[in-house]
Amino acid sequence: MPTLKIDGIEVEVEGGATVLQACEAAGVEIPRFCFHERLSISGNCRMCLVEMEKAPKLIASCAMPAGEGMIIHTNSDKVKRGREGVLEFTLMNHPLDCPVCDQGGECDLQDQYIAYSGDDARYEDERRIVAKEDFGPLIKTVMTRCIHCTRCVRFADEIAGVPALGGIGRGDHMEITTYQEQPFASELSGNVVDLCPVGALTNKPYAFSARPWELKSTETIDVHDAMGSSIRADARGREVMRFLPRVHEDVNEEWISDKTRQAVDGLKYNRLDQPYIRRDGKMQPASWEEAFEAISAKLKGVKGDKIAGIVGDLCDLESMYAFKGLLNDLGSSALECRQDGAKYGGRHRAGYLFNTGISGIDEADACLLVGTNPRKEAAVLNIRLRYLAKRGVIASVGAVENLTYPAVHLGDTVRALEDLLAGKGKFAKSLKAAKKPMIILGAGAVSHPDGAAVLKLAHDIADKYGMISKDWNGFNVLHHAASRVGAMDLGLVSDKGMDGILDGAEKGDINIVFNLGVDEIDLSRLEKAFVIYQGSHGDEGVKYADVILPGVAYTEKPGTYINMEGRVQKAQRVIFGPGEAREDWTILRALSEKLGSRLPYDTIAQLREKMQADYPHFANIDQLPNEDWPESFGVAGKTSDAPITNLIDDFYQTNPIARSSKVMAECRQAYEGAKFEAEAMVTNG
Amino acid sequence: MNISVRNAEAFEFTPENLKWAAGQLAKYPASRKQSAVMPLLTKAQEQNNGWISVPVMEYIADMLEMPYIRVQEVVTFYTMYRQKPVGKHVIEVCTTTPCWLRGSDDVVAACKDELGIGFGETTADGEFTLLEVECAGACVNAPVIAYKEEYYEDLDNDSTRKFIRAIKNGDIIAPGPQTTDRHKSAPQGGPTTLKEFCATPGGDS
Repeated sequence: MPTLKIDGIEVEVEGGATVLQACEAAGVEIPRFCFHERLSISGNCRMCLVEMEKAPKLIASCAMPAGEGMIIHTNSDKVKRGREGVLEFTLMNHPLDCPVCDQGGECDLQDQYIAYSGDDARYEDERRIVAKEDFGPLIKTVMTRCIHCTRCVRFADEIAGVPALGGIGRGDHMEITTYQEQPFASELSGNVVDLCPVGALTNKPYAFSARPWELKSTETIDVHDAMGSSIRADARGREVMRFLPRVHEDVNEEWISDKTRQAVDGLKYNRLDQPYIRRDGKMQPASWEEAFEAISAKLKGVKGDKIAGIVGDLCDLESMYAFKGLLNDLGSSALECRQDGAKYGGRHRAGYLFNTGISGIDEADACLLVGTNPRKEAAVLNIRLRYLAKRGVIASVGAVENLTYPAVHLGDTVRALEDLLAGKGKFAKSLKAAKKPMIILGAGAVSHPDGAAVLKLAHDIADKYGMISKDWNGFNVLHHAASRVGAMDLGLVSDKGMDGILDGAEKGDINIVFNLGVDEIDLSRLEKAFVIYQGSHGDEGVKYADVILPGVAYTEKPGTYINMEGRVQKAQRVIFGPGEAREDWTILRALSEKLGSRLPYDTIAQLREKMQADYPHFANIDQLPNEDWPESFGVAGKTSDAPITNLIDDFYQTNPIARSSKVMAECRQAYEGAKFEAEAMVTNG
Repeated sequence: MNISVRNAEAFEFTPENLKWAAGQLAKYPASRKQSAVMPLLTKAQEQNNGWISVPVMEYIADMLEMPYIRVQEVVTFYTMYRQKPVGKHVIEVCTTTPCWLRGSDDVVAACKDELGIGFGETTADGEFTLLEVECAGACVNAPVIAYKEEYYEDLDNDSTRKFIRAIKNGDIIAPGPQTTDRHKSAPQGGPTTLKEFCATPGGDS
């Protein structure tokens, strides 16, 4: 633990810390471009120069390990002149096009130039110009502005695991580019825009649409996957302009996936902005009164067991709670949230949570992935798995896909799990030897026809290989739906599952189906039933609906979400919904009154109070639960040879918002196209 | 993830080069085989008619389990890896200050005149490529031309023409000083100092 003196302030830092970190510990701000806490040290921008006594010249504080007894000056004249010199050199080849640069107003170079520069630049010769690079549909490049900090290159290598970027050429001719003009095909590519300290890499879909000082920022929670990433939504007027990540060390650190960031235009298109009723086979606009009238007329005299309710992937707790209240009052108990046909039940919370916790992955040293490609199901979580792969061993059961790290493939059927339980194979030994092993079941595993047996096997594997101890629970279910854990907690599960309800509707056992945002399954099976669809987008769900009630999207309502770990998080309203659309719980509350069984709350505060009385753990905001490990869950049984597959095929098209987004459609085309082209060329070559 | 853009002719080491490459790889630990990237690229360039094509880069990258972009970075960093096809005879003229002071302009003029091409160009028949290079490290014999891993030194306009015509005729002139009778970089007309220590005047001591 070295002790240093920084501008006369004595600080003690941990061994291995750098001088820059020591300066920060002393409360001294050090300007920097290339240094970033989560990337490796590169030390090329020289902006962090400080004076160290007994050193002949200024030192780059980001790359200098803190040593015992160092005496550092950060505000001496020498340091000041050093910084001025560095900035003058940096500005030599940097164009002064701030008025037409999207980074303007939130640019590190701009800010630091104002804070640390000397006089005007003296350079008068020709400046370097770099031809346009193409990084794909999400990143706009103006590489003439690049100052070669290589943050993006290090991000691609170290965090995204897609080493597509590099600096080619040298000296004055160095350019940051992708390999042979291929797009940067990573589902995390958008983060390089946040990392870029200048305007070389900017957000392409957002280009020239707003200045940072025009935006109103709201801190909220993402729903595109079950991570519950912390995000900041920037809105101007009644439009959300962009999403940026917020730091949450235990969830998303400071990264978000491209879907989280760029599906923002999906909030504009395909929106349901007024109620519709199917008349003479056609959907026709209606008023709220007419829509409610149509529902109440249809419900008259219908018994509760003929009514079912299904819940989609993007719902907030409040609307699901109101949904449950309404349907229970109507006498229905056929409520279901497991669109994908997952076989976990609602009895044991530990049986459907990501018990290890997302940051718990950092402690693990062995991991078994079953039926999942975390890259597509929880892209940001995959970063931590990549680091795990460097420390320990990862094996997979199911389809083989590029995970960005090596994984031992154990097989693609349930048999591989049975063998593992029997202790067969080399991986069984590694698992046995591991101190903190973990297993991750993806949607492909739990929704497999033998999903119940998979759960049982996973439970027993967890027991056998010491994944469960007092302070460690290595059993995890990786969800991809933001609403799922909340819906499971609310008990929106029926014995026969989603298939039971669809079968019932086909056979005529179920006549009325309330659909709260379910768009990902084959809804044509509901054709015979009277379907009330409530959601925000005109996607799959509306095709077979008889009444459409326009709800709002996640940015347009205050809501509570529970992520895959069981962490309860509150999202905020950023803007108001379009047209006649209303916050979902208020629609259900109004409808309940019409149907004669008024839900007992009038404000969201009352609803939350009631909900937290029923489910006390919903009040534990942002806490990681610690659930008891049950004796058993799942059902042991004979298993088939049906292969375990991954459920998400296209990362960019997983929910109604993403499917409505033109940017996501472009991504799908660009990246699929790039892969296809590459393969075709290999065979030709 | 490596997205290949291989579209030109495929590349593969000849069996003897492959054996040679294995020898290079043996110099480094298995987990650090990327260290062999530069010698392997040099050998591949030699085999691939003097330049490194995209298939060459991808072949080497695959062999060393490196991302393609990392190999491209190396290839573009060093000027001696050529990224465009070159002629059979590559003539590299040094024009850095010492050579320039000693008359490299005459040498350049002779080359351009004899070959009818400028720097960075290749003759229409694909025989000659003329390149301008930075300091060849032989300033003591300036001006200098590098050709086929040999240096032709102490050049002037006439001797450069003679040198090029010889190549055209299929003869190879002996490398070394061309206009002087000195041995390598020894002083013209024999030693000027330490004479008494010379075993044989003008010869190797």
